[in-house]
Amino acid sequence: MSSPHERPRPRREQAADGAAGALRPHQRPGAEPIIQFRNVRKAFGRQVVYEDLSLDVFPGETLTIIGGSGQGKSVMLKLLIGLLRADGGSIQAFGQEVTTLAERDLLHLRSKVAMLFQGAALFDSMSVEENIKYPLIEHGWGTAAEMDQRVDEVLHMVDMPGVQKKKPSELSGGMRKRVGLARAIAIQPEVILYDEPTTGLDPINVRRINGLILSLQQRLGVTSVVVTHDMDTVFTVTDRLAMVYEKRIAFAGTPEEARNAELRYLREFVQGGWGTLDEDL
Amino acid sequence: MSGDETTFERFFGSLGEVFLLFGRAVREIFRRPFETSLTVVQLEQGGVDSWSITMLTAAFTGMVMASQFAIGLEPFGASMYTGKLVGLGIVRELGPVLTSLLVGGRVGAGFTAEIGSMAVTEQIDAIRALGADPVRKLVTPRVVAMTISIPLLTIMADLIGCAGGILITVAEVGVTFTFATEQMIQTIWVQDLMHGLIKSCFFGSIIATIACWNGMRTHGGTEGVGRATTETVVFTSVTILVSDFLLTRALLAIYA
Ligand SMILES: Nc1ncnc2c1ncn2[C@@H]1O[C@H](COP(=O)(O)OP(=O)(O)O)[C@@H](O)[C@H]1O
Ligand SMILES: [Mg+2]
Repeated sequence: MSSPHERPRPRREQAADGAAGALRPHQRPGAEPIIQFRNVRKAFGRQVVYEDLSLDVFPGETLTIIGGSGQGKSVMLKLLIGLLRADGGSIQAFGQEVTTLAERDLLHLRSKVAMLFQGAALFDSMSVEENIKYPLIEHGWGTAAEMDQRVDEVLHMVDMPGVQKKKPSELSGGMRKRVGLARAIAIQPEVILYDEPTTGLDPINVRRINGLILSLQQRLGVTSVVVTHDMDTVFTVTDRLAMVYEKRIAFAGTPEEARNAELRYLREFVQGGWGTLDEDL
Repeated sequence: MSGDETTFERFFGSLGEVFLLFGRAVREIFRRPFETSLTVVQLEQGGVDSWSITMLTAAFTGMVMASQFAIGLEPFGASMYTGKLVGLGIVRELGPVLTSLLVGGRVGAGFTAEIGSMAVTEQIDAIRALGADPVRKLVTPRVVAMTISIPLLTIMADLIGCAGGILITVAEVGVTFTFATEQMIQTIWVQDLMHGLIKSCFFGSIIATIACWNGMRTHGGTEGVGRATTETVVFTSVTILVSDFLLTRALLAIYA
């Protein structure tokens, strides 16, 4: 079984990559991880979610996190941007130790690492435009005109031009996800965390979101961490795959390695989707 | 009923958290720029919209008290002083307490429902992830709005309640309108008004803080939101009644 700390191996053919043959940043020899979880512990009361979480994220890669419901995938993302505090261990992001940063010092980290929440978490009381301007205002983006322009830009990026004045309640689930994504990328983050971006969507929207994750990654060169149950997502967008199992990362490697992994649970997950998963727990 | 007990135990065990949240909310008042527009929205929703229910309650409370005192004082030949008693009772106690109970139930439940829904849909996490502070954005505007609007509503409730009392005193006891009014004005001192207003400021801030605190810690989906909302009504009512007793003793020790 692969160790979580192992350097990623070169991906199969880079068919999706623009520049043929070019190595993605994380494949360059000696690439340094931009995010490192080391022996992280997290419990809620007596319920231990992570006993020993260790994982690296390399610049420019798309890392997919899989694992059964309630295993702690969302908790991992929230630990990373300081929404939850680790009980022990170390989380390094951009050379900073996240676990000990004060809330106001996390502001800088949160301008580099954006998160798309599972239900999009749009503010109901605000229009789409106000939602997207929210991070722009908090991070001091610039004049009102520049903000308007940025809102327009990101809405184009997610294929939803002209919805500025709509309220979130007027949008479908897939549209809300896309607006949530527009809000997340508004301040030009270097890393985007996606929490189950396609869960609960119809196949057309699933494909559309997968396409967006890919295109953002290629056009903006962002690093993506995608939590998903969807094998389609895994095989369309993933450079590397990590599995949460038994309170730690039980596997990290390429999708091919996952298919042939010794861990039966992982093989079944990758081959059979997640239908059999919960019975297995 | 044992379920209620544990809920209460948890609430009183968490009073420290409530005060901590209050402290953080107050600190954000002084951090520039002040979130004026968010606060104005809360003043409208919480204060202005509570106006009619408060006035209605105050008017009838004043009239009921006057009816009772007019009869109760008759054996002592003191019915003509009905207005005095009603006035004192309303300005010192019933004005602030009833206003706070009503508005606390109505507005406090609303705060918890709204903030609780945000919590279970990860909107509070989103506020933080987008670089803002939920206390500053959600709690401070509500605490400020309630600390302003409850005393204002209390002043109006005092006026309407006293007017109701005078009306019934005139009708039941047969004193003139001028006599009843003068009696009342002579009896009520600035101290009594202050006594009531200090209480209502305190109630306003505590109601808002408890409601926001209970909203922020909501979990367990829509069911959790419903549970938290009813809890807030109970928590705020109990807190108002208990702290009213303590505050009254303290204020009486200072003034009287
Ligand atoms: N804020 C919290 N308070 C208490 N328990 C939590 C909290 N967040 C998550 N949990 C618990 O931690 C476990 C992992 O949750 P989560 O990361 O959301 O799972 P998933 O892998 O489905 O995303 C769950 O059992 C959940 O109940
Ligand atoms: Mg989750």
